[in-house]
Amino acid sequence: MSIKGKAYIAGIYEHPTRKAEGIPIAQLHAEVAKGALDDAGLGLADVDAYFCAGDAPGLGGLALADYLGLRARHVDSTETGGSSYIVHVNHAAQAIATGKCKVALITLAGKPRTGGAQPGRAPLAMQPPDAPFESPFKPTVLNIYAMCARRHMHEYGTTAEQLAWIKVAASQHAQHNPHAMLRDVVTVEEVVNSPLVADPLHRLDCCIISDGGGALVVVAPEIAAQLQRPRVRVLGAGEAVKHMNGGAVDLTYSAGVWSAATAFEEAGIRQSDIKYASLYDSFTITVLMQIEDIGFCAKGQGGRFVADGNLISGVGKLPFNTDGGGLCNNHPGNRGGMTKVIEAVRQLRGEAHPAVQVKNCDLALAHGTGGFLGTRHGSATLIMERS
Amino acid sequence: MADTKNDAFGADVALEPYWAAARAGRLLLKRCRACSKIHYYPRPLCPFCMSADTEWQEASGAATIYSWSVERRASPPYAIAFVTLAEGPTLLTAIVNCDLDAIAVDQKVRLAFELRDERPVPVFRPA
Repeated sequence: MSIKGKAYIAGIYEHPTRKAEGIPIAQLHAEVAKGALDDAGLGLADVDAYFCAGDAPGLGGLALADYLGLRARHVDSTETGGSSYIVHVNHAAQAIATGKCKVALITLAGKPRTGGAQPGRAPLAMQPPDAPFESPFKPTVLNIYAMCARRHMHEYGTTAEQLAWIKVAASQHAQHNPHAMLRDVVTVEEVVNSPLVADPLHRLDCCIISDGGGALVVVAPEIAAQLQRPRVRVLGAGEAVKHMNGGAVDLTYSAGVWSAATAFEEAGIRQSDIKYASLYDSFTITVLMQIEDIGFCAKGQGGRFVADGNLISGVGKLPFNTDGGGLCNNHPGNRGGMTKVIEAVRQLRGEAHPAVQVKNCDLALAHGTGGFLGTRHGSATLIMERS
Repeated sequence: MADTKNDAFGADVALEPYWAAARAGRLLLKRCRACSKIHYYPRPLCPFCMSADTEWQEASGAATIYSWSVERRASPPYAIAFVTLAEGPTLLTAIVNCDLDAIAVDQKVRLAFELRDERPVPVFRPA
């Protein structure tokens, strides 16, 4: 059974805040839920399914279903880090296609900037089995992604300047977004001359840290037909996990190789059909590897592909992250999958900023990498169509 | 047996030979008798075929750097790396006793042990 055409993304909302002093995470979830339902033209009583991930306080979705007042007959708290919300769209479409629900609400909120999202240390028995063999060496998000960049440079000759082009493109887009945390356009020189934080990644190769959140409403076709909003149809989706494989480590590719293949097969389209791509941008290297793994170019050619403005809307062949992405706009709760779907839907609706709106944008992709690219991560790919 | 009171990771009977060897400066890998593959970190069930017929095998200590990074903002900065053992598996570890600006992919390194959080853990230094 396929989800192709079985579900529509009817509502989107990105919280405008980037610093939520004094606002608890549950309230942010409620505000984005209302925002997305208002956007769709639906109300609380219409929602019959709820999706959230590890950012949600309480056990799975239970505390927030209570807080929000949801009457959910289908709940899914699948957690794959920042890609969770792309996974949730897939799962919502599956649940709708099999008749389990008709209106699915997906929410994300987090406060890494003002300190509200620091989880407590897991109980000893819940420490992951890899912890004794890895945590003594002080792995961080930064140095784990940096080692992927290092290996890519070694195998394919990828350069810091090529990676910098990804940040440059994001900044070109962010200048038009009044909510973006960083709106200054940067140059390749500025990126490679910013301080090294974890070799070979520089400060400007890294995403921002922001508070905030976002929400999506995924609905059945008969609900979408009654709404007054442009219609965005789910065409295909894929998920996959990659890890250290018992020590057979290969840092040159991600699980996106598998998730994208599944999504394109289901959608029945090719990479060259995609007019706009939202690509997870925790770091510049994340974008580059995903571009190769999704199949926008051959493995090892990502550096050449992203150079010279090829990701800039109106300039290059593959406009990406036209909201400024996690590199410049927003990375709420250190989880970028939600805003990836939101900007792709804006593009398909023709509601992106006019300066970055892709002409005739009828097919778009959102792709995420959650967790740690170099150790264990979950990839998710979603293909959507304007209908 | 590891001191469970001060043990950040809790008791794990299956890993007792690993930690005992580590205290003696030896790194143990797991080899599967069913599929012959060597894996790390060590598990009682082989992650390649799920056989429970696994045995310990000592690493020679010879290795090469697969990838590395230096966490520059830490005080002091430190080097983390993926290192590929002569026996095959690649593991996450630290590069120590080295010039942080002279680490390179494919560099030959040699096993050593350091106590971290009261645990003897495998680290590597330039060969």
